[in-house]
Amino acid sequence: MAFNIYDFTSFTQSIDEALYEWLPPFWALIVEMTIIGLVFLIGYAIIGLFLVYAERKVCAFMQNRVGPNRVGPYGIFQTIADFIKLLMKELVYIKNSDKLLFNIAPFIVIIASFMAIAAIPFAKGLHAIDFDIGIMYVIAVTSLGVVGVLLAGWSSNNKYSLIGAMRSGAQIISYELSVGLSLLTIIVLAGTMQFSEVVELQSSGWFIFKGHIPACIAFVIFLIASTAETNRGPFDLAEAESELTAGFHTEYSGIKFAFFFLAEYMNMFIVASIAATVFLGGWMPFHIGSWEGFNYVMDFIPPLFWYFGKTAFIIWLMMWFKWTFPRLRIDQLLNLEWKYLLPINLVNILIMAFIVLMGWHF
Amino acid sequence: MSAESLILFFIVGAFLVGIALLFSSIVPPTSTNPQKAEAYECGIPTEGLTWLQFNVGYYLFAIIFLIFDVETVFIFPWAVVMKEAGIAGFIEIVIFFFVLGLGLLYAWKKGALKWE
Repeated sequence: MAFNIYDFTSFTQSIDEALYEWLPPFWALIVEMTIIGLVFLIGYAIIGLFLVYAERKVCAFMQNRVGPNRVGPYGIFQTIADFIKLLMKELVYIKNSDKLLFNIAPFIVIIASFMAIAAIPFAKGLHAIDFDIGIMYVIAVTSLGVVGVLLAGWSSNNKYSLIGAMRSGAQIISYELSVGLSLLTIIVLAGTMQFSEVVELQSSGWFIFKGHIPACIAFVIFLIASTAETNRGPFDLAEAESELTAGFHTEYSGIKFAFFFLAEYMNMFIVASIAATVFLGGWMPFHIGSWEGFNYVMDFIPPLFWYFGKTAFIIWLMMWFKWTFPRLRIDQLLNLEWKYLLPINLVNILIMAFIVLMGWHF
Repeated sequence: MSAESLILFFIVGAFLVGIALLFSSIVPPTSTNPQKAEAYECGIPTEGLTWLQFNVGYYLFAIIFLIFDVETVFIFPWAVVMKEAGIAGFIEIVIFFFVLGLGLLYAWKKGALKWE
């Protein structure tokens, strides 16, 4: 196979070895951790800022507007300007609010989304931690975010916030089941939860093609459920601005509000990259069976390009949902999950298991 | 990197929020006035307590979720070893799913999934 020309394993390993050669082990560890921390911090900030800008541009495109176009060429520095403005805003505390919980909430949402990034494989050998339970770890960590949302709504001492937080709690925990079960469908096919192995297994074809109809159903369910889990699109009842002002973060001002906003977009990035990794082959190039020439050309496109391309495609789909569908009511939302998605999902896993056992998959 | 280095991600995430909050609580100019500290409920003064009894429907769904989430945790190990477990494992998981489905059906018929 030709795609090891873009293997990052030797690159990261040589940095690691060089550091341990030059420095005593303790300092080498410190320097290495600092480098990794800084790289992820900068990447996190850039992706977050870019997604906010992308959302505004896509929204403008859908509504036949121009969108941000004043700060920098095509307005690309708009979100940076917004960030600086929000950083310079006073932090307002509400009378009778629970100050400790009020301050802890943004920490929880950001830490939850930041820890989830650790397990995502960006390219071969380019991931922070390669867990053998990677998929389960990401599901577990991203669901911690709901604690932050609930705390934010509860501690604000505002009725809109409380209603928003309660809705968001019911919604996120309900749709988490569907996220988990639709990923389980693919785990049945792959037989592993380690992200690097899941991607390697897709070198002969992405799981959405390998798994027949059940994989396609799982993909659609995952898209719906993850849109709901990130409080977006037609499922944004938690911050329904026409009825609840801003939902659970009504009382948050300045940089704290910015963190909730950033966490929402980073969660979107995380679920999109899981969808890209598990269903669409992650950084694996697109291959067609025995077309040697075609496959060979595809191998030359860098894996980072494939990875970000697929992720961007799914993020764009989620933005499209948001600006197309009207918002659901809470009873419709819960009906959709418990009476449709969950039973379909359970049957879907059994069908997939049967197909795999019979050896009918590709 | 090993799993212990997750602590690094925890620290960096906390650092990101902490440093920004610290900056934001020191640098920007502040002003106080009694109206500013009022809860924003679209201009009308807030009425009564906020922390009061809440619609029980949300808690019902939370309880059903708890049951199903624990069941999902049981399915994960099976999914990984599915190919080794073979037909015997498949039949066992079908029975497990059947019981799970009965539970969902029970909750459905009992009206726990109905929003009021």
